[in-house]
Amino acid sequence: MIVVKDLYKEFNGTPVLKGISTTFEKGKTNMIIGQSGSGKTVFLKCLLGLHIPEKGTISFDGRVHTELGIKEHRQLRQDMGMVFQGGALFDSLTIEENILFPLKMFTDKSKSEMLDRVNIVLNRVNLENVNSKFPAELSGGMQKRVAIARAIVMNPKYLFCDEPNSGLDPRTATIIDNLIQEITDEYQIITIINSHDMNSVMEIGEKIIFLKNGINAWEGTNEEIFKTENEAVVEFVYSSNLFKKVREAYLSKTK
Amino acid sequence: MLRQVFKKPQKWTVFRELLFREIDDLGLKSMGIIMFISFFVGGVVAIQTALNVDSPFIPKYLIGFATKRGIILEFAPTFMSIILAGKVGSYITSSMGTMRVTEQIDALEVMGINSLNYLVLPKILAALFFYPILILLSMFLGIVGGYYAGLLTDLFYSEDFIYGIQLDFDPYYIKYALTKTVVFAFVITTIPAYHGFYVKGGSLEVGRASTKAVVWTSIVIILLNYFLTQMLLG
Repeated sequence: MIVVKDLYKEFNGTPVLKGISTTFEKGKTNMIIGQSGSGKTVFLKCLLGLHIPEKGTISFDGRVHTELGIKEHRQLRQDMGMVFQGGALFDSLTIEENILFPLKMFTDKSKSEMLDRVNIVLNRVNLENVNSKFPAELSGGMQKRVAIARAIVMNPKYLFCDEPNSGLDPRTATIIDNLIQEITDEYQIITIINSHDMNSVMEIGEKIIFLKNGINAWEGTNEEIFKTENEAVVEFVYSSNLFKKVREAYLSKTK
Repeated sequence: MLRQVFKKPQKWTVFRELLFREIDDLGLKSMGIIMFISFFVGGVVAIQTALNVDSPFIPKYLIGFATKRGIILEFAPTFMSIILAGKVGSYITSSMGTMRVTEQIDALEVMGINSLNYLVLPKILAALFFYPILILLSMFLGIVGGYYAGLLTDLFYSEDFIYGIQLDFDPYYIKYALTKTVVFAFVITTIPAYHGFYVKGGSLEVGRASTKAVVWTSIVIILLNYFLTQMLLG
């Protein structure tokens, strides 16, 4: 379980996170939503340890980020997998080398064992015959799948995704969403997704955290988000006519 | 930044692989341009010297002597380093800057890799190891270029030129040139790496950082050249 307590983060005296407290449970897909500038990315970067918070703690199964020694910190990093918005694949390396990279850096496995593992994760994300290709030779959706494969190659306990289906067509976005949810269930990991895509939120968000002005203004499931009366959430999530109608239909059906 | 760069590499096998890749990217791939420029500039130096010392009271072997001195002391270590600052410096800044803006550096950090050490140390070591070899090659080809210029233009006799380049040879000058080269190699890799690593924004900023890095590297090389010459020869 990841426990966040009273997290504060500021940049040049301007507070961005103003005391966020929440928990993320094993085997669940957690979504962080909110308007641009609400602190989503900063929150995710704090969870990843890329930003050090001014106040508050983040505990990963009892391991507090800021209290760990170098070795424990490195171990914690290896327990994390991250899917960046643009994939962040190393463009000078082939797909195989990209996925091999964390294995080469952190394990003492033989070359054949490492290659076996690469093929297992590539199969898991439904990719074939791409080993010797470079990232630029793949489509956006395939790059995202490679990024997921690289993120899970070390069997992480925590999977973080920043806008995993931005820039993808709706069908590919759904495939990526389903893949993330399946992996979360299968490996029983904690998945935290930063997203703007309300389709994804409704589809796979087992826990949704709505950030507004640096605080978690609302938390709930994808069922509860239909019923909520929280004005800020309703204004943000149901800003499009389509979603307004979907909500109305859902509410009238459940009455 | 440098404290992080000079930490022990996290995995030696990976580091060795990276070092060879950087020797190829920063060193071997610069050989062609260095050879081309050295040969022709060596020729031009010899022709210019010959045209400017046409007095019958000045012996012709001084053309070879002046060409050798000019090439060993300044042209090869300093001029070539500025060429490398342009070629290699812009490559380092743009490749690292692109890695920064496409979150590849963040990906390294999230994996628990010391990104400065991983990306910059192999570049510094590759340059420190390979640039002295490039500069020695440049010295040799510059003098050969001068020799062929004489043969082709008939401005001086090749025997005079060969006598001139052997005259008053002092190995300390080679040591001096290589000392400068090692210092410049450090500058050529660290300043562009700094500009690339800390770039913020998009492709436009990467381009700007690249230009800035080349300008600053060239300025620092020129200034250091002055101080090193004062210290080592003054």
